[in-house]
Amino acid sequence: MLTRTLARLSWVDLILRVFQIIAAIVIVIGIVNVFRSNTYTSNQWATLVFAGLAQGSIYALIALGYTLVYGILLMINFAHGEVYMAGAFSTVFLAGYFSNTGFLQSSPILAIIIMIIFAAAVSTAIALLLERIAYRPLRNAPRLIPLITAIGASFTLQYTFRGLYGAEFKSYPQVPALSGTVNVIGFDVPLVQLVVFFAAVGLMIALYLYVERTKSGKAMRAVSEDKDVARLMGIDIDRVIVTTFALGGALAGAAGVFNGLFRPQGVFFFMGFFPGIKAFTAAVLGGIGNIPGAMIGGLMLGLIESLGPNSIVEGLGIPSANQLKDAIAFSVLVLILIYRPQGIFGERLAEKKA
Amino acid sequence: MSKRLLLVVSLLVFASIILAACGGASLECTDAIGCVEVAPGEPITLAYMLTTTGATAFLGEDSLGGIEIVIADRGEFLGHEIELIGEDSLCSAEGGQTAATKVAANESVVGVIGTNCSGAATAALDTISSAGLTMCSPSNTAPALTDDGPDGTWQPGYFRAAHNDLFQGRIAADFAYDILGARSAATIHDGSPYADQLQSVFAGRFAELGGTVTFQGAVNVGDTDMRPVLTSAAADSPDVLYFPIFEPEGPFIVAQSSEIEGLEDTTLMGADGLLVASFAGNSGANAEGMFLSGPFLSGSAYDDFLAKWADQIGGVPPSGFHAFAADCTNMLLDAIEATAQVGGDGTVLVGQQAVRDAMAATSGFAGLSGNLSCTPTGDCATGEALGVFEITSAEINDGNWPPEAIWTP
Amino acid sequence: MEEKTYTWRDLINYGLLGSVVTLYFGMIGMLELFDERILITPFLSLGDVLLFSGVIGIVFFAVNKFASSLNEAFKVGAVVGAVSAIFPIVLSFIATSELIAEQFVIRDVFVSVTDRLVEIYNFGLEPIVGSLVLIVAFAIVGVLTALFIKTDPKIERPLLMGIVLTLGIGLFSENVTQILGNLPAGIGRSISRLLFTNKALTIVSALIIFLLTAGITYWRMRRPTTGESRGFNFSFEDISNRGLNRAQMIQLAIVAVVLLLLPWMVGSFLSQVLFNVGLFILMGLGLNIVVGYAGLLDLGYVAFFAFGAYTMGILTTATSLNPGLGLNFWTALPFAILIAVMFGIILGVPVLNMRGDYLAIVTLGFGEIIRILALSDWLAPVMGGAQGVLKIAKPVFFGVEMGSPETMYYMVLAGSLLVGFVAIRLRDSRLGRQWMAMREDEDVAEAMGINLVQTKLMAFAIGAAFSGLAGAIFSARVNNIFPHSFNLLISINALSLIIVGGIGSIPGVIIGALVLVGLPELLREFSEYRLLMYGILLIVMMLVRPEGFIPAEIYKRELRADEETETEIEAQVTSS
Repeated sequence: MLTRTLARLSWVDLILRVFQIIAAIVIVIGIVNVFRSNTYTSNQWATLVFAGLAQGSIYALIALGYTLVYGILLMINFAHGEVYMAGAFSTVFLAGYFSNTGFLQSSPILAIIIMIIFAAAVSTAIALLLERIAYRPLRNAPRLIPLITAIGASFTLQYTFRGLYGAEFKSYPQVPALSGTVNVIGFDVPLVQLVVFFAAVGLMIALYLYVERTKSGKAMRAVSEDKDVARLMGIDIDRVIVTTFALGGALAGAAGVFNGLFRPQGVFFFMGFFPGIKAFTAAVLGGIGNIPGAMIGGLMLGLIESLGPNSIVEGLGIPSANQLKDAIAFSVLVLILIYRPQGIFGERLAEKKA
Repeated sequence: MSKRLLLVVSLLVFASIILAACGGASLECTDAIGCVEVAPGEPITLAYMLTTTGATAFLGEDSLGGIEIVIADRGEFLGHEIELIGEDSLCSAEGGQTAATKVAANESVVGVIGTNCSGAATAALDTISSAGLTMCSPSNTAPALTDDGPDGTWQPGYFRAAHNDLFQGRIAADFAYDILGARSAATIHDGSPYADQLQSVFAGRFAELGGTVTFQGAVNVGDTDMRPVLTSAAADSPDVLYFPIFEPEGPFIVAQSSEIEGLEDTTLMGADGLLVASFAGNSGANAEGMFLSGPFLSGSAYDDFLAKWADQIGGVPPSGFHAFAADCTNMLLDAIEATAQVGGDGTVLVGQQAVRDAMAATSGFAGLSGNLSCTPTGDCATGEALGVFEITSAEINDGNWPPEAIWTP
Repeated sequence: MEEKTYTWRDLINYGLLGSVVTLYFGMIGMLELFDERILITPFLSLGDVLLFSGVIGIVFFAVNKFASSLNEAFKVGAVVGAVSAIFPIVLSFIATSELIAEQFVIRDVFVSVTDRLVEIYNFGLEPIVGSLVLIVAFAIVGVLTALFIKTDPKIERPLLMGIVLTLGIGLFSENVTQILGNLPAGIGRSISRLLFTNKALTIVSALIIFLLTAGITYWRMRRPTTGESRGFNFSFEDISNRGLNRAQMIQLAIVAVVLLLLPWMVGSFLSQVLFNVGLFILMGLGLNIVVGYAGLLDLGYVAFFAFGAYTMGILTTATSLNPGLGLNFWTALPFAILIAVMFGIILGVPVLNMRGDYLAIVTLGFGEIIRILALSDWLAPVMGGAQGVLKIAKPVFFGVEMGSPETMYYMVLAGSLLVGFVAIRLRDSRLGRQWMAMREDEDVAEAMGINLVQTKLMAFAIGAAFSGLAGAIFSARVNNIFPHSFNLLISINALSLIIVGGIGSIPGVIIGALVLVGLPELLREFSEYRLLMYGILLIVMMLVRPEGFIPAEIYKRELRADEETETEIEAQVTSS
């Protein structure tokens, strides 16, 4: 019996291995073709790389929210994309006000910091509300139940904000201080992309240190290891969970403002849906529940999206390569998970998952 | 279906005979496919089927505003109030079909404004048409909808004030080739039937004129990073980049195009999906000098309309199809007004075939979107009402809207 | 009931909560829109109901929590009600204040704060007078609610039923009219003309409905209960496993006749709604096997729906745009299911080693990949790309073209019955027990000798088959398919409905589909707030009944988290 099972398992493994090899060959052929035909200049590649990194750092910030909550509660906070939207959408009005009054032009750094704090506050408030109403009462329910309330909360938040602010598309104002380019290793990179990238990485490092070094970070790790033992050790579980949601919310709010600086257009009630799914993908890619995993997963996803269509798909002679952008991202996810079913870095905050 | 229709018709006839016998008004339905009777004191019911939820909700909101303003303007109509009832038809086939079934089941509906998306219309038409209704769309542009050939999906009772992609794509290509003097062009669509069709008509016409189409690509709805597709388009440095898509993807393309090496001398062109008051401001400085094709929105009538919008609905229209919605509503109401029988007691009898015929006979209707004349298969905007607009810093920084039309075919 | 202590602060907190709710409905524009919808002419609009619903809800909680006596209830109701008026009043003062308007136009940010909204909050009066009226009105409503809760159930129940039914008929007046419209010889039309003027109940008809309902409820409550439960008392299990007794046979026959005649009783729109519900029942039954039985969280279930629909479309389309083969529906149907099954297995293989949430995101990815491919220019020559597949054949059944919702209802009914039967048989089969064992613990199941690969792939394949069938029927009904129809929301909806219905439960799927697919269809007139209500419904449902409407036995036990469940399943598995 056991040998038969094993024989079948290896049969599956064989198929998967063959599948991986084919995929790898296809990817290599595509990349080689593109570079041989010399379609794009190195400047164009550089543009894609830097934009991908900036985009990736925004994904990573949102992904951290998923990962933190997952690490503690083992649940997918499906509405996290809406938490991000709440901050970004609300702050667009403040940003417009700052721009009209000239504050954004006269003291950009202060203005942006206020915007980030405001967005983080709104997002945190929404995240806490979500936790209180939709998740806390169901903490001991089977795991699919909070997933459904999360989906419900996602719809509710989208249409609440649509009702509040309308269905129009808004944009963040241009920040003169951040326009212009900087020369990095011989390439002209838009300043705003660098600022966003480094600010996001800075926030991530701060979060990492918070979780690793501080007392409440230690409590978070303890809760994610074992809730019951943590409670016995005198840790207030509720408080830890609230802190976790607040941290995730604040990072998502900051991500909203960074997104607004980097790519000012397209602020509306539905703006959180796709980034939410992408960030979730990024978190899984890196190993959900794992903080460095979410960062690397986010950056990787940003780069794959930015470089994938032009490098892999186009080389295979497929028309409208860019349409398949998300398909590439998900395919890479599948390929990696086949090889490493727990993501690149595995799960670290908590050990065993169902 | 036809049996049920027959039943409905005969019931109506029966009811009207009874009413005629006791009410004193002597209205008789002689229409080939039936009548809608509006009793005294009851409102005349128009239905809309628009996409009011989801990522395309702005389209529905835009059209709905246009309809509401016209209805408010009209006030009392044939001695009755106009009641607007609505269905969310989403931007999908199944949404269109369900909405259509609901509208068709309501016997008091005299006409339909909708749908926003061509996919919804294709699925809705069967039901709407066999119910004897007349439907006018503010934003369907798919050529198949007004094509009665083997590949077409036209059905009696369908009209639209929006431009058939065949006209608009062609005019955009003519403008790019003749006026801008472009000899190479790249196109980007967003996977909507509208954009896909427009870019393909544009590319076909552009090549026919002697130009080279260097790249035909696409983005996805929901994309925010347009650099990959712009980089692909930039490979051959085209003279013109045509992207007949919507917000928010359109502004992303405009804003990000300046970062891409190879697009420095490329002229940007969009279509009526982007002819929106918020577009220029959202796109920022890069939009300066770009062109949009679309309905000839200008003059005092349109300014009045915008003023009413600000007053009744607030803000500015969120998309570029509100003028078509307003024109559809007016044309439909005109057709009803011209054909309806009004009894002595105020009863109104609307013949359904008569409304269709009157719609089809519309000619030289001076609408917000230009002069409209309907063809037998429902195309009311035949291309003369199109214009090309140039975005200048007045639109971007000072909120001036609509921009000045610089060319009409 | 024990005496509960509370402070003024508690009451004020509750009042503030009610105030936030009332403000929320206004700020998102719901009040203004609902105010136009009259339920009972001329005095009661849906907006009025919504305006007071916050107060009623919060007073309900407060009274249940704090008040033990009638006197207490009176006080709690009045205080909480009056405090609930505070934020709306603040808003109307801000919105009408010229001082603030000079600095900042509130409508530039909050688009729903219109003059009309302020008018609603102020009952069209001057701000100060209006505010007082609002406070008094809320306090009165609070007191009434409190008294209502504290009254004898013998009076409370009939009143409540009367109110709910009257408002319900007012709300669903269009559907009531449609159903009445199917009565012969125009009787229904006359009745609905008597009942409604312009979608709203008249005072007289509202009173009659209220009195009738309340009276009947009161009368039925006074009758001594015989102990025998009324209504249907057979379950799906009875049909499949045991014989039925005479009474059950009769009940079953009635159900069958009603199901057969339903489309002709309710009219075309409600038939269309039933059709949509039926499609989701098909999908729900399939997903129930994957998620409910086998415990594999699949968020990309729409992929198989798409395969079914596209196969049907491509094989039967009549246009020259696509490589349509012009087959008829019945010839194409087996292919549609077969292709779906094939892809169920193909997409199942890569995820064999993945568990839980990794599985969820990968299947979500598969769903998106399929949609993206269907939309892509690359595959457009085959799949139609953005232009979709047009002119798909309508099924012809013994010479009758099934082009109307009424006829297609039978198609989906037949499909549901077939699939429901298969699902029940599968659940009780050896395979079904293997699935459940796997769901409980994969490692243990494997150790028991269950072939995980085969068992998982069977779940994916059968789930895909059901979904493929749904897709094929969908395709034949809409006749034109576009890639946008196959989005993530379908997967989410299917998942939500099986969980709201009660995971693993077959009757639960039916109830879930009726609530989550049927109800939003009936609420179409609230367009943009439909999905908002859907979201709130999902949250409330899960908070109130986390186990779902009709929980499967096994999950019910699990929710109580007792130890027996696991041993029992293991026993089941080993015995098979």
